[in-house]
Amino acid sequence: MNTAIISELQSLLGPRNVLHRAEDLALYEYDGSVDRARPELVVFPSTTSEVSRIVKLAVKHDIPIVGRGAGTGLSGGALARGGGIMIAFGRMNRILELDLENRRAVVQPGVVNFDLTRAVEHAGLYFAPDPSSQKSCTIGGNVSENSGGPHTLAYGVTTNHVTGLELVLPDGEVTRIGGKLSDALGYDLCGLLVGSEGTLSLVTEITAKLSKKSEAVRTLLAIFETVDDATETVTDITARAITPAACEMLDGWTLCAIEDYVHAGFPRDCGAVLLIEIEGLREAVANQAIGIEEVCKAHQAREVRTAQDDNERELLWKGRKTAFGALGRLAPSNYVLDAVIPRSKLPQALRRVLEIEKECGLKIGNIFHAGDGNLHPLVLFDPRDRAQFEKAVQASADIVRYCVEIGGALTGEHGVGMEKSELMTLMFSEADFALMRRVHQQFNPTGLLNPGKVFPIGKGCGETRIRTGSTHNPVMA
Amino acid sequence: MTATIASRFEPVVGDANVRTEPSLRSEFGVDEVVPAVVARPENAEQAAEIVKIALEEKLAVIPCGVRTSIGMGMPPSRYDVALDMTRVRGIEHYDPGDLTISVNAGTPLKELATILAEKNQFLPLAVPFFENATVGGTIASGLDSPLRHFYGTARDFVLGAEFVDGTGALAKSGGRVVKNVTGYDFHKLLNGTLGSLAVITRINFRTFPLHPVRRGFLASFADETGAVAFVKELSATPLTPALVEVLSPEFSRLFLAEKSPVASLRLGLQAWTVCVGFEGSSEVCERYGRDLSRLARSTRTQDAITVLDARFLSLLEILREAPALMSGAAAQSVVFRFATLPARLPDLLRALRSFAVSSWTPSAALIRSGSIVYLALLPREVDESTLKQIAYFWKSAGSLRAQFEFSASILFCPTKWKSELDVWAHVSGSMDLQRRVKKAFDPSGIFAPGRFVGGS
Repeated sequence: MNTAIISELQSLLGPRNVLHRAEDLALYEYDGSVDRARPELVVFPSTTSEVSRIVKLAVKHDIPIVGRGAGTGLSGGALARGGGIMIAFGRMNRILELDLENRRAVVQPGVVNFDLTRAVEHAGLYFAPDPSSQKSCTIGGNVSENSGGPHTLAYGVTTNHVTGLELVLPDGEVTRIGGKLSDALGYDLCGLLVGSEGTLSLVTEITAKLSKKSEAVRTLLAIFETVDDATETVTDITARAITPAACEMLDGWTLCAIEDYVHAGFPRDCGAVLLIEIEGLREAVANQAIGIEEVCKAHQAREVRTAQDDNERELLWKGRKTAFGALGRLAPSNYVLDAVIPRSKLPQALRRVLEIEKECGLKIGNIFHAGDGNLHPLVLFDPRDRAQFEKAVQASADIVRYCVEIGGALTGEHGVGMEKSELMTLMFSEADFALMRRVHQQFNPTGLLNPGKVFPIGKGCGETRIRTGSTHNPVMA
Repeated sequence: MTATIASRFEPVVGDANVRTEPSLRSEFGVDEVVPAVVARPENAEQAAEIVKIALEEKLAVIPCGVRTSIGMGMPPSRYDVALDMTRVRGIEHYDPGDLTISVNAGTPLKELATILAEKNQFLPLAVPFFENATVGGTIASGLDSPLRHFYGTARDFVLGAEFVDGTGALAKSGGRVVKNVTGYDFHKLLNGTLGSLAVITRINFRTFPLHPVRRGFLASFADETGAVAFVKELSATPLTPALVEVLSPEFSRLFLAEKSPVASLRLGLQAWTVCVGFEGSSEVCERYGRDLSRLARSTRTQDAITVLDARFLSLLEILREAPALMSGAAAQSVVFRFATLPARLPDLLRALRSFAVSSWTPSAALIRSGSIVYLALLPREVDESTLKQIAYFWKSAGSLRAQFEFSASILFCPTKWKSELDVWAHVSGSMDLQRRVKKAFDPSGIFAPGRFVGGS
């Protein structure tokens, strides 16, 4: 990177807030996915106006820009695929306003998801989207990826909880859309921008809805001898119109790995469990618990346990939320997939995953949001073994293809990013891409903002600015 | 011109589906602007062909269903082709076990409701003109439902859409599954855009289970302050009702009969009435009844009752149709919609009522979900001062924006008054990004020009 640009940014942000040495940058070439790409500079702005000035400088010098929250994303959304400047929002981590009366919070993008809940729980409120990484991921990142989590089954994903945004457009202009009101007039720009994976604008402030905590909560652990019985149970719960707040499935092999790691109290000798949470009025919770137990028993559940207190409940959830970490101990690397299927097809989809596991010879763990059909098969492999890596990628693509074939979608909550950009053609036609490109062109005409994401290379925009041969492109050059 | 255009469309949809009779064309008029041709495609591909031809011939197109809400927005600046989507109908895919359904745009809402009810499911789109409206028209009009209090608006349960964009291409976004972040969420953009972005051909919805018991709770208050305070207290309880509406006495007198349960309360049709709808098992509904009665006793409630079954459902119909009823209540009525934050509702309501009084025009109001005010001005007779008074009201309402955040638009208004009453006068926010979206979807500006916010 041109030293004049480095010193200009240093004088704008202070030298501490500009990283340019290779050893510092290496930390930022990863996120939670298997891809990697190194930025040439990482900057830490503290204000919207600094973000705007960084963007203007980048545009002037034709340098790609990518925003980054905590880097916990699982699709490569926050990787500098086009090289250039990474804007890390870690210092923009202030909660600007808590309007408890109207149940709104105004936050900077670097605020950690769970910190917002902690700031309002004294008033019986919380921020509903709860990705497994909620203790480290940022709300800015959640907005970019339209993140979900176990409880989105009942409460919706990030887009259902955002009413306003402050944006820095790819030319450096600062603008606002929406506000605290739920329905701003005009085109639903928040609806378009939440989940646009940082390809249309940078988000510098978020107005989020706060939700009211339920009066009662009950956590059930249903234990099954086979995966089939567990998936049939989920399909039946959905068909009987019982809507738990969360309904997670973990297979037996995964449970053993979790038990070795956190001792959450899961059985070590079963085929699968369902971790089901019900929330609402005491009476509704009691009714639903009876209904769920009936369905579980009808599908040969060995046992349905109810968490006796908050400790037991938290331990079960800790087991669920640290599952990926637990599996991380079993192989040098793993590949977490994210695909969605109609809930009525859960049993057949899991059977297909098991077949693919046999075909590829790699271990595939299953821990996922069963209640909304959001699969997360996790393929374990050793990246040093090229053949294993290729098998893992192949198995993953086979699973995703199958999910789309039976009426599903490529990604339920992790985003397309660079991981799935080439698979987009499974779902979208030339005409769909043409419209996406025109929208992209209107917002991000230079293509400098987060290049190489969402669009398949070759179907992108101007040409998604993956400028092969460009000197500042360590990835594709 | 009519004959030339018609001859281009006939090979696409057949002679019988290209209509040019003046009487029929005027039925398809939008704010008294009459199209040259009415084209009736039978599927999405034909709709796309019509749009392609319109593009070549530089014709302005307004897609429509049965046109129950076609008077919304500003008058079109150009309008050549009415694209009647009512033949593009039927259920494309229904997976009751997944609680998802994919429906063609011309399908009547009522037909959809019947199909869902057979599987004990429903869509929380209890919108005005329910008996006639189509699915596509409902999404394009963006009219809301009392059930938004619990279920949100269409934006929260539309999973995907297929549509014809302004280049004549058949495009889509989202999918049929309940959780999906693949690609840009264009289907969210289609809500309430009055046909200005695309021709909706199909919508995928998440459906919801019908609850075994649905009941209402009515409480009467001597004044608006008491009613609004009750709603605020209710929001602090653990209860999560399906709907919470407040009826002004004028609203009740106009639209509720003497035999309505509201009339049986103390103060009856003279009162401000809070209507809370709730659903669930019988145990859950009994809990609601108990808690609401207790809340009523601790507030300034005059009287309260629980309403069951058919009596509740018929009240729900009135609430559902409220904006349409208001629009039909006087020869020249104007229906306004204001949305604000719950904490500002009392101030907004007080100010609006005082402006209404100052405009010397009778009014009626309904408050939805503690934050939305539907207010109708209902002039008894119209003379040269009527429009001035209504314009005064609209301007005064707009001046409140200096004090607090709210959005406002005119839902229904006589066409001839729209030259003085800009229905979008009080829209805030950057028009620049709105224009960019319009340009991407409809680069040549052929869809519903002039009707939507910012003239797009």
